[in-house]
Amino acid sequence: MTAVIHASDLTKVFGKSTAVDHISFDVRQGEIFGFLGPNGAGKTTTTRMLTGVIPPDDGSATVLGYDIRSEPVQAKQRFGVVPETSNAYTDLTAWQNLMLMGELYGVARAQAARRSSELLTVLGLIDRRDQKVQAYSKGMKQRLILAMALLHEPKLLFLDEPTSGLDVQSTQMILAMLRDMNRDGTTIFLTTHNMEDANRLCHRVGIIRNGRMVAIDAPEKLKTAIDRVHTIEVSFDREVAGDALAALPGVTGVKRIGDKWQLTAEKQDAVILSLAAFSQQNHAAIVTLNTLVPSLDDAFLRLTREGSP
Amino acid sequence: MNPAGLPEQLRRAWAIAKKDIRLYYAKNSVLVFGILMPVFLFLAFFTGSRQLPLAFLIPGLVGTALLFTATAISPAIFSWEGRHGTLERLASCPVTTEAIVLGDMIASILYGIGITLITVFIGLALGLSLLHGITMIVSILLAACCFSAIGMLLAVPPTSEPSTPMMLSLLIKFPLIFISGIFIPLEQMPGWGLVLAVFSPLTYFTDLVRYSFIETHYFPVLIDISALALFTLVFTAGTMYLHKRTMPKRL
Repeated sequence: MTAVIHASDLTKVFGKSTAVDHISFDVRQGEIFGFLGPNGAGKTTTTRMLTGVIPPDDGSATVLGYDIRSEPVQAKQRFGVVPETSNAYTDLTAWQNLMLMGELYGVARAQAARRSSELLTVLGLIDRRDQKVQAYSKGMKQRLILAMALLHEPKLLFLDEPTSGLDVQSTQMILAMLRDMNRDGTTIFLTTHNMEDANRLCHRVGIIRNGRMVAIDAPEKLKTAIDRVHTIEVSFDREVAGDALAALPGVTGVKRIGDKWQLTAEKQDAVILSLAAFSQQNHAAIVTLNTLVPSLDDAFLRLTREGSP
Repeated sequence: MNPAGLPEQLRRAWAIAKKDIRLYYAKNSVLVFGILMPVFLFLAFFTGSRQLPLAFLIPGLVGTALLFTATAISPAIFSWEGRHGTLERLASCPVTTEAIVLGDMIASILYGIGITLITVFIGLALGLSLLHGITMIVSILLAACCFSAIGMLLAVPPTSEPSTPMMLSLLIKFPLIFISGIFIPLEQMPGWGLVLAVFSPLTYFTDLVRYSFIETHYFPVLIDISALALFTLVFTAGTMYLHKRTMPKRL
């Protein structure tokens, strides 16, 4: 798959502190890429380098095929940016902000007006289009800057904590819109603290710690990769002996929890197959079967813990 | 459409200028530093210098007005925008730093020209005649560009406090008023004063305005226009170069 973002040894130093330390990664066309990390890990600095706001001190990045240092205008023309804090002009109305974006992206006035109406309608702001932004709530401002970032129909969208501190309605509206856009082909680079958002939205996530990338993978793979021992919870429609379960190939431990059995194993797929065979041989139908994998929160905490590999 | 091409960047600079006009023309500090201050300064000299004829003082008023108005907005825009995070918005848009600086300069230039034309009309209402209209227009255009670039130069040190470049601009503007033949004719200046006057673009503008109104001038018109054009070129190129270098430090 084509890389929409290609970062190579990207580095940023502020004084004596290295905020981003030679990180390299690719973001593929059409994916939602989650960029996770604790506070001060270098997420926003990386995003600002990728969006051409600040120059890297070392390394390079191409965005949509354009070098962000030597061809910043060409790259910026094709992506949109939603920063963490709303940066619409508060003394202008929503409509004036959108028209300004239209002019800055070279969108024809009629097209900008049509697109602005569509976006304001979808984001629930059309009735407030002629009101100055200073009267908007935080959620409304955030929806407006999303509209401003989408006006020129970008192929790639950078979002930095887009739902941070927002009410449920605004959060759901923004997340739904991101899903729809991604379905229509827009690549999304999402910086977030919210593991639930990352888990539900992202095809792959990258985790940064102390300016270094510590993991990149699909959320489900990351969750399972951090634990070598897997836990499987199973219950049957009749009593079965714990010793019989412990004797199954691949099972390393068995524990009774209420009406269920909790098995530990190094290879969960082999144990699931064994359980299916056991069920058939002993005429004990499986009522429930759950694989208890760590949450993305667990993976994040494990990977961002000091001293972890 | 080539977004990085000159025509497209000029269009985008104009969009930034229109935004500046909407947002900053009516700011209190712009009204105080740009209009009230030169008016009171002029009135103070006008009432205290009764021996100087009106035909000499009105060109001084025009010069003071253009210097103060064309530098009223440009020094503070970057600080205002940096403070509100909107500079980062512009930086993430497909516009070059040069286009952002040019947009801010255009807003300053138009403000300067608008207010200065009022002072020209005041001169006409008080009985002066405009003998060289074309020279007046060319000189106002050139000087507005020049002073606006000076204003942008004052905004080069990165700060999010708009009062800092405004104060800095006052430190530059007041001495310029006194060495540029606004209230003291160049002919009456001591030798060291004349040396300083040569390095002030306001000197050449005031000289051109006097020539346009009353055909009196200290330097030849061509020298005045050439000096003004040279100052404009150097200050504009300088401000573009320096802002490009300091922009990342603001963000």
